[in-house]
Amino acid sequence: MAKSSIKLRTKSKGGKIQVKALIKHPMETGLRKNKKTGKKIPAHYITDLSVEANGKAVLTANWSGSVSKNPFLSFNYAGKSGDKVKLSWKDNTGKSDSLETTVK
Amino acid sequence: MKKIITSVALLALTLSPIVTAQATPAEDREAFRNYFKKNTPSKNLDDYINGIYTYNKDAREQWEEIEEFPPYEIAIDNGRDLWEKKFKNGKSFSSCFGKDVSKVRAKYPYHDESKDTIVTLEGTINKCLTDNGEKPFKWKKGKIAAVSAYVAFEGRGGKITTEPKTEKAKAWYNKGKQFFYAKRGQLNLSCADCHVYSASKWIRGDNLSPALGHPSHFPVYRSKWNSMGTLHRRYGGCNKNVRAKPFKAQSDEYKALEYFQAVMSNGLELNGPGARK
Repeated sequence: MAKSSIKLRTKSKGGKIQVKALIKHPMETGLRKNKKTGKKIPAHYITDLSVEANGKAVLTANWSGSVSKNPFLSFNYAGKSGDKVKLSWKDNTGKSDSLETTVK
Repeated sequence: MKKIITSVALLALTLSPIVTAQATPAEDREAFRNYFKKNTPSKNLDDYINGIYTYNKDAREQWEEIEEFPPYEIAIDNGRDLWEKKFKNGKSFSSCFGKDVSKVRAKYPYHDESKDTIVTLEGTINKCLTDNGEKPFKWKKGKIAAVSAYVAFEGRGGKITTEPKTEKAKAWYNKGKQFFYAKRGQLNLSCADCHVYSASKWIRGDNLSPALGHPSHFPVYRSKWNSMGTLHRRYGGCNKNVRAKPFKAQSDEYKALEYFQAVMSNGLELNGPGARK
């Protein structure tokens, strides 16, 4: 993949670090049918998502097919400028991606 | 009841010039804007490009939060890739639109005198594809909305310049105007009934958007769609809402309507792509 599937932004806000991320992913539930062929569209969704700050986990999530397409994530954690925030995901087909950014 | 009578009277007033003395587009525009000015005096002309977020404070706060990390960013990226991607014959979109993508958005829609038709951005995107032996995109959403979103993003800050100058162009303008003020569908509503006379009022849990400024922010990412859509996709949905059979995207009806709306919004800032509920 030439481009990262993740867009990650961080901001220091009142002693906390705000993390916002947009992930490009189809998030197919596996329950939808292809209208033309009548066959089910295979499930393809993110199962594990984790965010680390300086190597320490600050958020882990187990997702499933109920999460929307191109999911958006936003949360705060107690941190400081200069933290290295890394977001990584893994989906049910074994694909994964990660991106690291430094908090300004 | 009084309100209904006034709105009917107003509609009659606005309609009558078409039949009798043809009002010039400039006169129409002034009357159109004065109506909004009278209805919501606290708003400036420039406020209307933000649709209902001009009216509803709570919705605006949510929207501003969304705009910090807008969902249409993915579409802009996809659009940029498509824009730069070479066609099979080695050309790309810039061969049709010119090198400077930031100047593209403000050109459309315009009236093509020789072909006597309205040229829209989406129409030109697909024409560019077919002219170069590529398969055209599907109207309304997906790739066409992505390219349109990229063009709109690069063209932000430009101004809508659509203005009918010739007789043929004015005929198209009047066609769009007619569409805008004509009642349609089982609910017997015209575009103007909701988006002019009732703009800012509640319709269930939402506010009706002002018709002034409609074309400035398309294509939009609609939370309801969970995807991007063009102006004509929205027109179709709007027609369905009044229980009318929607016209096809890029049909003459919608092209005329887009033209009319752009003339009404002439001079407003282009701030597309947008995010809407």
